[in-house]
Amino acid sequence: MSLSALRAENEVNDMSRTDNKAIKKLAFVGVMASFAIVLGYLELILHLDPGIYGAKIGLSNLAVVVTLYLADNKSALFVLAVKVIVTSLLFGSILSFFYSLAGGIISFTAMTLLKRFSPLGVTGVSIAGGTAHNIGQLAVAVVAFDNLKIAFYLPVLLIVGALTGLLIGLLATFTVNRLGKLSPFGSE
Amino acid sequence: MKKADIILLVAILAVALTALAAVLIMRDSSADTVVVTVDGKEYARLPLTEDTELIINSESGGVNKLTIKDGKAYMSEASCPDKVCINTGALTDITPIVCMPNNVIVSLESGK
Repeated sequence: MSLSALRAENEVNDMSRTDNKAIKKLAFVGVMASFAIVLGYLELILHLDPGIYGAKIGLSNLAVVVTLYLADNKSALFVLAVKVIVTSLLFGSILSFFYSLAGGIISFTAMTLLKRFSPLGVTGVSIAGGTAHNIGQLAVAVVAFDNLKIAFYLPVLLIVGALTGLLIGLLATFTVNRLGKLSPFGSE
Repeated sequence: MKKADIILLVAILAVALTALAAVLIMRDSSADTVVVTVDGKEYARLPLTEDTELIINSESGGVNKLTIKDGKAYMSEASCPDKVCINTGALTDITPIVCMPNNVIVSLESGK
């Protein structure tokens, strides 16, 4: 028996031993992570900037919210990490990495807590996430610039965060409803 | 959308709009001094009434060019890739020009 045939047989054995659900989850999270990167690229090439400085739609957060609802917190955190690291490497800078990281951590914390402990639905959780994201980024900006003056920009960023969160939330509701059956954990 | 979602959205927008109104009411229309801050330190102070150009060098090696012309201050050149500061347009007392990559803030204050 050739070596490659042996290897193939081993793989088949491993596959059958591994939990089917785990494979589904791995594939799902992988697809969602690449979805996040593609969305980030799409936003970049389509110039989907709202035209207010410091403001972005953050389409790739759609992948994070969808994973949060169709899989679990840990999977969503993984998608978020891929999103932050890869999109910063590909399309951003070291600076955008830190802003993205700060916004990502605070919005993720807000979203997981609200999903667990509040009556909010997908859209509400996403709105809170978008708002929290911008608060986190502005906090980093205040520290980075060592200048409290830019905190005056907070109201504008709150509105932008809530509206982008609304958009992502509506898209996420739609996606979750459509993808529900494909989820490794079944539809919620 | 659930009812709670709508309440949250309205609440955030209400708070933000109130804060925005407060900022707009408190705006300082007598502001006439352009203050350039680089890396957290004051770099230059220029009168808005005087046409001039200022090259701003930041510690990170970034270069910005600030132009003051006809009572308007704007960023005319920047070494950063995103050009957000240029697209911001003219400086007003409530919207500072911010160049994140080069750590430059240009704001408008009332002169002393």
